[in-house]
Amino acid sequence: MSILVQPDTKILVQGITGSFGGRHARLSLEYGTQVVAGVTPGKGGQLFDQRVPIFDSVAQAVRDTGATASAVFVPPAFAADAILEGVAAGLDLVVCITEGIPVRDMIRVKAAMRESRTRLIGPNCPGIVTPGEGRTSQGGCRIGIAPGYIHRKGHVGVVSRSGTLTYEAVWQLTCRGVGQSTCIGIGGDPVHGTTHLDAIRLFMEDPDTHGIIMIGEIGGSAEEEAAAWIRQHGTKPVAGFVAGATAPPGRRMGHAGAIVSGGKGTAAAKIEAFRQAGIAVAPTPSDMADTLLKRM
Amino acid sequence: MNIHEFQARELLAEHGVPLPPGGMCASAEDAGALAQQLLDSGETLLVLKAQIHAGGRGKGTFTDGYPGGVKLLRTAPEIRTAAAAMLGNTLVTKQTGPEGRRVNRVLVAGAPNIQKELYLAVLLDRSLARPVVMASTAGGMDIEEVAAKTPEKIVRQPVDPLLGLQPYEARDLAIALGFTGGLIHQAAGLLMAVYRAWWESDASLIEINPLCVVKTREGKEALLAVDAKISIDDNSLFRHPRIQAMRDLAEESPLEVEASSFALNYIKLDGNIACLVNGAGLAMATMDIIQHYGGVPANFLDVGGGASEEQVAGAFKIIMKDPNVKAILVNIFGGIMDCDVIARGIVQAVKETGLKLPLVVRLEGNNVESGRATLAASRLTITTGESMADAAQKVVRTVTAHP
Repeated sequence: MSILVQPDTKILVQGITGSFGGRHARLSLEYGTQVVAGVTPGKGGQLFDQRVPIFDSVAQAVRDTGATASAVFVPPAFAADAILEGVAAGLDLVVCITEGIPVRDMIRVKAAMRESRTRLIGPNCPGIVTPGEGRTSQGGCRIGIAPGYIHRKGHVGVVSRSGTLTYEAVWQLTCRGVGQSTCIGIGGDPVHGTTHLDAIRLFMEDPDTHGIIMIGEIGGSAEEEAAAWIRQHGTKPVAGFVAGATAPPGRRMGHAGAIVSGGKGTAAAKIEAFRQAGIAVAPTPSDMADTLLKRM
Repeated sequence: MNIHEFQARELLAEHGVPLPPGGMCASAEDAGALAQQLLDSGETLLVLKAQIHAGGRGKGTFTDGYPGGVKLLRTAPEIRTAAAAMLGNTLVTKQTGPEGRRVNRVLVAGAPNIQKELYLAVLLDRSLARPVVMASTAGGMDIEEVAAKTPEKIVRQPVDPLLGLQPYEARDLAIALGFTGGLIHQAAGLLMAVYRAWWESDASLIEINPLCVVKTREGKEALLAVDAKISIDDNSLFRHPRIQAMRDLAEESPLEVEASSFALNYIKLDGNIACLVNGAGLAMATMDIIQHYGGVPANFLDVGGGASEEQVAGAFKIIMKDPNVKAILVNIFGGIMDCDVIARGIVQAVKETGLKLPLVVRLEGNNVESGRATLAASRLTITTGESMADAAQKVVRTVTAHP
């Protein structure tokens, strides 16, 4: 098993006719992911790469193909609307890759999703990968922009706010012959869907996940909240790393959410919360996999 | 994006927030003339404030020794003289760093008869994913200090973003702040106006410190926003062209402005080991690992998760303009991007810029063998790192060996 997505999960891509969305839809198809539909309003009836039907709306795509998850590659000004369209169509999962969505739009989306059954991952995230059985994990479910081939099927769950730092952790595991159950990049924006805590709870409940790497960064208190929960309810080994110990306060470090403000959200506070929760803290980003493997 | 106090006043005034009368001036003559106008309209005390994006102006000192970026004065000639001393001068405060900021504009405003000072802010509560209105009776003070020492003096009202701040919530806040009688309505009205300004301008922070209870010339009590600070969500600027035009490049580091033209996220730091990385998280982690092995990072530089050849070349140009840099660490996880393309970008950039500094490159990911071969075949003195740790140790060693 794995969490949230399986190799047979049917996905649609919102913004499949854009260059970014199209490129990654193609990479997901090559990986063996069930990309069953694309959505671009006004281009319904066409085919993407001569094989994936394009629809004018998410509702039509869901009705005709049975897709249950979506990847959003829509430009920032229209992304909030695209997420809400996926929610209204009753999708299980919406993964929003788009970077640069105004915070106010995400505040509205989160409030509007309060009663909904749809789970949101992102925005400003690499997405989610459940590795498949293939030699370089082909046949898995890849929603988003992560490189598929770095994964291997296995039993470690990875959750991170950063894309390339996720790849780093996954690659360290794979190079040590250790596979992954599911890897989630939750995104670098201050207001986002799935949190560290949400992902950690799912991994703890998943019988196929035996250990977890949790990667955080400065800003907010999501890492502390996840650590507090682990302290009470954790049942599996967890290794952690927090990026940004050297970041100057008051400056936004690339990610909109990566900022120490008013003395809050420091790496030191997060690392301390990890320690108190019994999470093994990697001394450097080079040691993320080894730190977990020592505990397993 | 931060804006100046005089610009914050414009946005607040448009939403109906009461402010002391006044305006921005770019010359001493204009400042003197505006001062005379304000005096003629009945103001008796005026304030002159240097306009820079940094706090602590009142206690700051200009580089020529002139004291204070905020002055309380009574006559137009005094305002003109003080404005002449400030304009074109460089103000150093605890927030500017020793280099200070050049003052190009001043604000001249009425200085009301203040009875009481409060603090008011609207900002995002990240845990709740909602706006929160935060206020305190300890005005004029640093809110972090108040939060640490007397948290009971701070009142908070989270706002349902789909409804906006409701009048009863605003009144509750006003009552919690100790207002009575007619001032409850005045305060509630002001709170709602500030909330609307936050929401409609896509602000990330509005801070009014102090928010003042003043005695008017008629002897009545009234509320005025005496100082205001606004930051705007960068992601929203596409829909606020007028606010975008308020960006003041003179307030930003020239290297950071140049980097933004290459779509690079660059932040200059004080160290001597430059780093060039793809992805914000990995870029922060690279700074951390440099420090872990005893070095000091010269910058944060994220060329984006995709890292194109052009961006890598642009990044080298930016890095090399920092005179403190003694060595460079390139750390690229080429997930989708071909490492060989990145390697060729690096070789090209090194040749074009005539780089003489030690360069350590750690490449990982797609087609990494070809990438490493390209670096080796270039006959440039590039050290390769096997892992992030290996690369960080090597670059720190080059700096400590040749300090």
